[in-house]
Amino acid sequence: MKNKTAKYKYRILSVCSVIAVLFIWELVTDILHLISPMMLPSPAKVLNTLIYKLTGGVNPDGATLLQHIAASMKIALGGYTVGVLVGVPLGIAMAWNRKFEMFAKPLFDVIRPIPALAWIPLMILWLGIGYWSKVGIIFFAAFISATINSYAGIKRTSQVHLWVASTFGASKRQMLFKVAIPTALPMIFTGLRLALGSSWVALVAAELLAATRGLGYMIQVARMLGRPDVIIVGMITIGVIGYLLSTVLEKLQNKYVKGGK
Amino acid sequence: MESAAGNIADVLKCSHISKEFDSFDGTGKNLVLEDIDFSVKDNEFLVLFGPGQCGKTTLLNILAGLESPTKGEVVDHGKKVTAPAPERGVVYQKTALFPWLTVMGNVEFGPKVRGFKKEERKKIADHYIDLVGLKGFEKSYPSQLSGGMRQRVGIARAYSNNPSLMLMDEPFGHLDAQTRYMMEEELQRIWQKEKRAVVFVTNNIEEALFLADRIILMTNCPSKIKKEYIIDLPHPRSYVDPEFLRLRREITENMDKSM
Repeated sequence: MKNKTAKYKYRILSVCSVIAVLFIWELVTDILHLISPMMLPSPAKVLNTLIYKLTGGVNPDGATLLQHIAASMKIALGGYTVGVLVGVPLGIAMAWNRKFEMFAKPLFDVIRPIPALAWIPLMILWLGIGYWSKVGIIFFAAFISATINSYAGIKRTSQVHLWVASTFGASKRQMLFKVAIPTALPMIFTGLRLALGSSWVALVAAELLAATRGLGYMIQVARMLGRPDVIIVGMITIGVIGYLLSTVLEKLQNKYVKGGK
Repeated sequence: MESAAGNIADVLKCSHISKEFDSFDGTGKNLVLEDIDFSVKDNEFLVLFGPGQCGKTTLLNILAGLESPTKGEVVDHGKKVTAPAPERGVVYQKTALFPWLTVMGNVEFGPKVRGFKKEERKKIADHYIDLVGLKGFEKSYPSQLSGGMRQRVGIARAYSNNPSLMLMDEPFGHLDAQTRYMMEEELQRIWQKEKRAVVFVTNNIEEALFLADRIILMTNCPSKIKKEYIIDLPHPRSYVDPEFLRLRREITENMDKSM
């Protein structure tokens, strides 16, 4: 009972911070007119624009909000999926097999510090300015985090656990799948979440460059047309979707990672 | 009658084992085990007792087949040990449970790896979980258990492959004193119920005397066998029994004091 009240109190604190920001925002725009609407539109205006874009409005950028979201998701999830599907097995293999580690790790260590955005020029050169070049950029953003964390996770496998498995007569394959990968699973999930974060960041940057649709494109056009309300709607959408995707991964992690420390 | 070449009642024979490692600076060798020679009889509770941290885990790993000796050999039921096998179960010091598996998952891990069907391995696991007194905790994760309970799971897990020999590496070393006494009694009870040959490593003299049929006293660095004691006090033993105290004094006096 007491616990519930405490939880409720913390909820109120969270709500307070949001309300305070909204209130100050309203105060400096609609009420006191301290900031010009061309710089910062009022919360009411932003809400209006959000509703307009959500309910099928295509101005000023030629597509509804849902169409932009769909375009962005197609790129982000495409690049992310490929990045993770390559990165996780690569990290596991590098950590598990000494020969493969010697072979692949130096190459990976050179690629690792290159920011995903630094691949943009090459990607455009190789794949044009369409869908695949953006997928390529997202791929690098996701691939790096997925690989590093899977690698580190497998490396954490305890020697004693391997001893236990081997006294039980486990094969090398069983040790990988029944001991090393379960050990690494929490870190693999961390990698998946970090990869998602960097994919989402890279997405917006990639879309600022060359696109006809997508959330990054939407805010870029809005800047050129002097529509800060649309920019803010776009930013909020990017934030909310990023949060939702990361929540989905967190739910999956809670489902598949058992037992705590 | 026993013959010098080892007899049928010997589960495990450890002949003239030495083990050296490269020293840390890489210039020489560190001798950790020197000419260790003993055998373990069927259903015998053998305690390797000695001071310090030198070589005992290495010795158990050699007996288990996880490491190979520099000199000498280990023979299990007439066959030379070259690799780990389910016939030699191991209970480790701590953190050896799989944290991502439940109590049930941990105990049925061995049978699962060996390809037992689901109902069979559940039956095996149920039996040993019950034996170590953890009925009702099947679905708990190790992080939800106390240190003593975790070690019970470790014991059940080692039993689950029905080994002829159990190797125990200071299994109660990190428990608090109270829990430790309790676990010693529990181990005694479990072992009386399902006897196996046991090699139990400890640096605690009370624990050694409470559990052992025979104690092998080891020296410190490199570990050698110093002396052997047959302990034929009846179970359950009392820590204040005069004979218990006499043996305790005698063994302690023979023990290497320097570290």
